[in-house]
Amino acid sequence: MTKRRLWRRFAAHLDGWLLLGICLLMSTSLFTLYSAGDGSWSRVIGQGTNICIALVLMWGVANLPLHFLMRAALPIYVLGIVLLLGVALFGDISHGARRWLNLGVATIQPSELMKIGVPLMLAWYFEKHEATLGLKNHAIAALLLLLPVFLIARQPDLGTALLISASGFYVLFLAGLSWRVMLTLAVSALASAPFIWRSLHEYQRHRIEMLLDPTQDALGKGYHTIQGMIAVGSGGVTGKGYLNGTQTHLAFLPERTTDFIFAVYSEEFGLLGNTLLLLMYLFVIGRGFVITANASTYFTRLMAGSITLTFTTYAFVNMGMVSGILPVVGVPLPLVSYGGTSMLTLLLGFGMLMSIETHKQLVKT
Amino acid sequence: MRRQVEIKDHQREIYYFRLRLAIGIGFALILLFILLGRFMYLQVVRHDYYQTLAEKNRISIVPIVPGRGLILDRNGEILARNYSGNTLEITPNKLNDSLEATIEALAKLVAITPKDRKRFKKLLAESRDFETLLLRNNLSEDEVARFAAQQYRFPGVELRARLFRDYPYGDKTAHLIGYIGRINQSDIDQLDEDDVAGNYRGSDYIGKTGLEQSYEAILHGKTGVEEVEVDAGGRAVRMLKRTPPVSGSTLILSIDAKLQMIADEAFGDYRGALVAIDPRNGEVLAFVSKPTYDPSLFIDGIDTENWDALNNSPDTPLNNRALRGQYPPGSTIKPFMALAGLHYKARSPDFKVQDNGVFNLPSKNHDYRDWKEGGHGSVDMFKSIVVSCDVYYYGLAMDLGMERIASYLTGFGFGKKTGVDLGRKTEDGYDGESSGLVPTPGWKMRRYKQRWYGGDTVTVGIGQGYSLVTPMQLAVATATLANNGIGYQPHFVREIRGATPKTNPVLNYPPNVDLHIDPTYIDLVKRAMVAVTQPGGTAVAASAGAPYQIAGKTGTAQVVGVKQGEKYNASALSERHRDHAWFIAFAPADQPKIAVAILAENGGHGGGTAGPIARKVFDYYLLGKKPAPIVLPVVRAAASSAVSAASAPIDAPTEEEYD
Repeated sequence: MTKRRLWRRFAAHLDGWLLLGICLLMSTSLFTLYSAGDGSWSRVIGQGTNICIALVLMWGVANLPLHFLMRAALPIYVLGIVLLLGVALFGDISHGARRWLNLGVATIQPSELMKIGVPLMLAWYFEKHEATLGLKNHAIAALLLLLPVFLIARQPDLGTALLISASGFYVLFLAGLSWRVMLTLAVSALASAPFIWRSLHEYQRHRIEMLLDPTQDALGKGYHTIQGMIAVGSGGVTGKGYLNGTQTHLAFLPERTTDFIFAVYSEEFGLLGNTLLLLMYLFVIGRGFVITANASTYFTRLMAGSITLTFTTYAFVNMGMVSGILPVVGVPLPLVSYGGTSMLTLLLGFGMLMSIETHKQLVKT
Repeated sequence: MRRQVEIKDHQREIYYFRLRLAIGIGFALILLFILLGRFMYLQVVRHDYYQTLAEKNRISIVPIVPGRGLILDRNGEILARNYSGNTLEITPNKLNDSLEATIEALAKLVAITPKDRKRFKKLLAESRDFETLLLRNNLSEDEVARFAAQQYRFPGVELRARLFRDYPYGDKTAHLIGYIGRINQSDIDQLDEDDVAGNYRGSDYIGKTGLEQSYEAILHGKTGVEEVEVDAGGRAVRMLKRTPPVSGSTLILSIDAKLQMIADEAFGDYRGALVAIDPRNGEVLAFVSKPTYDPSLFIDGIDTENWDALNNSPDTPLNNRALRGQYPPGSTIKPFMALAGLHYKARSPDFKVQDNGVFNLPSKNHDYRDWKEGGHGSVDMFKSIVVSCDVYYYGLAMDLGMERIASYLTGFGFGKKTGVDLGRKTEDGYDGESSGLVPTPGWKMRRYKQRWYGGDTVTVGIGQGYSLVTPMQLAVATATLANNGIGYQPHFVREIRGATPKTNPVLNYPPNVDLHIDPTYIDLVKRAMVAVTQPGGTAVAASAGAPYQIAGKTGTAQVVGVKQGEKYNASALSERHRDHAWFIAFAPADQPKIAVAILAENGGHGGGTAGPIARKVFDYYLLGKKPAPIVLPVVRAAASSAVSAASAPIDAPTEEEYD
């Protein structure tokens, strides 16, 4: 009896469907890593550890009541901005980019924090001004979005800046940004493209040129794209079989455990495997949308919608990059690529989704 | 009523949100369908094509490494070149046998020394398992034949013809040319960041120090690509496409290799540095840092014994003294101080100072002594340079004040990097260079949290105290002075010559400094510097019998301080505590073609030890004269005896000098 009550209390704020989808993707991660690591357990164990830590965090966040999430929005955002300014002023330079802040005890990458911090802040802002929402609020929200994006873009970390812009844009979009404004922005963005092009770093331009013609740098960045496409394409309908990917095991593929893990999976499991993977993502995304649609407050609707759409974007960008329709921007495949930081950030988001879903009865609309 | 409106609004809001959400869901579905479509295209439509690439006949993209650019001196003398040699290389994960057994079996065919094994072990530890690692260099023809006959027994072991780097002048140019070394992880990271990693596929070496590093992008060349069809076993079946490599461009230096040799030899056993510059254009003619090292030791990874020997030596042979060594300029600063005095009208040329051997600040009873006991009597500016009068400059420094001194000396390039093209290029110039120091009250406050005292200014006046310069800086300042205040960016490379002219930057070094010095001022200082090398001056040894005029100035950088009231006694000090000797000079004095700065560590008196080195350099460069067989000073005490003869009472640490 007590056991059951304990269990109920433990699981009260977990969302079963979402958890199922996440766990399916995580197990895909583990057994693909075993193959990508040439049958070595070290990456599998490492990722297992990442997953466990991230799940604990997710459980914690899922148990936080909504008003707590809302109250955290402004402090997290301000902290993120302060840290980003700190990076700009005192950050460690690694590989020519200033992304890390050394706090003495640990080095942190504040742009990761902003992946959650920005949509959280915007959703909070819209909730606060819900009654009198107008174009002015959208303009202010856009400024709140552009400040961190600007700071991250000049680190320079264009990939992260674009993804954070996307997550913020989703909030603006769901909050009802008028179509006319969006059209105007799109047109002016196109018009200013030549100026932006000129202000980009040499390597960023190079990456964009590479998108148009990967064979241009067949030995450098184009190599990744070409080898990724060969891996995916040679997988065929049924794949070469688990642990039998030649591209993978003859070491043609770069970054096999991180950004290019999808190529490993795709080569070994083929189109059928890819379809299954897309279905797993669709399952998680779909559950996210259901939670969004059922969310009880303005804040939670915006937040849940942004988290779900951002997750979709990450998955699309990574698989698009490996299969050669997007440039190589260094975005991991969500929940599958090896890496602790991205795992933590993602499960933080899912924890919020679960909290939104399971706390809604308690909130008055 | 009110309540109804609210509810209505709420419902409308929900309606609009659901509409937007529906669009969002549609967007997400479209993204997923785009991916599905792409997968179908790659895995069904184009499957055969990629299948071919991946399985049966894989197209292998083989990099063709370009030949590294040569480095020549101004007369076409080769300073760095390539030669081809045969190597034996192992790809550990392709071996059938164990690594140890394979190496043992190979050792029966070709000589494999313990050093080779050690290097291989080191490479193995640093490598990823699919990499090919060097086991032996420079196989003899016999060894090549023996291995070739047995090659079938050793899958995963390859014989390769490779280009090697060779430095004909060896240690004589090591601090200048630097060396290349195997590409390590931090090099790879840097290449990735610069987005040129692709160009280094197949390359094993990269410039690590010196010009090999600073001109890496130009020397490396452009890697070619060969697309070959290979069968499942990895053997090339036929070539599909070939983009030939473009060899690295040749660097033509301003260095004169013979002059470099002469300067190097002229140092004998002294540690120190020499920089010779053409004052008319900033070209560096000779660049010596002693002691030096053998650059070839580093190319394939230095072994522990040699590394320890070089790294732990008290002589620090790896330290590039000419560029990184920072020393007080001592009295070599006086000509520049004199110009500052004239510039700010703090002194007229005729103004006379009565030197009784001691200078005091008002209200302080600390004695700042002249190096000459009893002083030089009545001293004007001309004499102050010739006899290197300290008291004259103590007073001048106080009258100028530190801010004006700092501002004037900075104009000559002191206290900042010269920007000479050596080392890794960073945002503020090249990282191979130290910036020296022109102290200011603000600097002292930041550095020591102490205010600036009058005594600090006094000692800066004679180039002691907090002042620090590098030999390169002093050479540049001397060249600027020789060229009447018009200075050039010092540089080693005159020209870059390569296969594709348009990719080579045209080097152009216009004057970058014009101090607008009054010709009468410069004339006075130059005449005084000529007198320095004439009888009665402090550097007579430098010019005796020379058919051209030498303008110079001696200096001494203190290594240890001498207490107030004690005497400096060179013979009583251990050799490494003796003063460093400076000599700056240019010649011919009326139309300078060469300016030098010479530092001899623990050399005592500048005129006695560094002066003759300058003379040998000038004789060769101006007269084409090879000096008589060089007699190396076997015992350095010979030099120090000259010092002890001139020894004088010396005061508190870093506040005095004596030449």
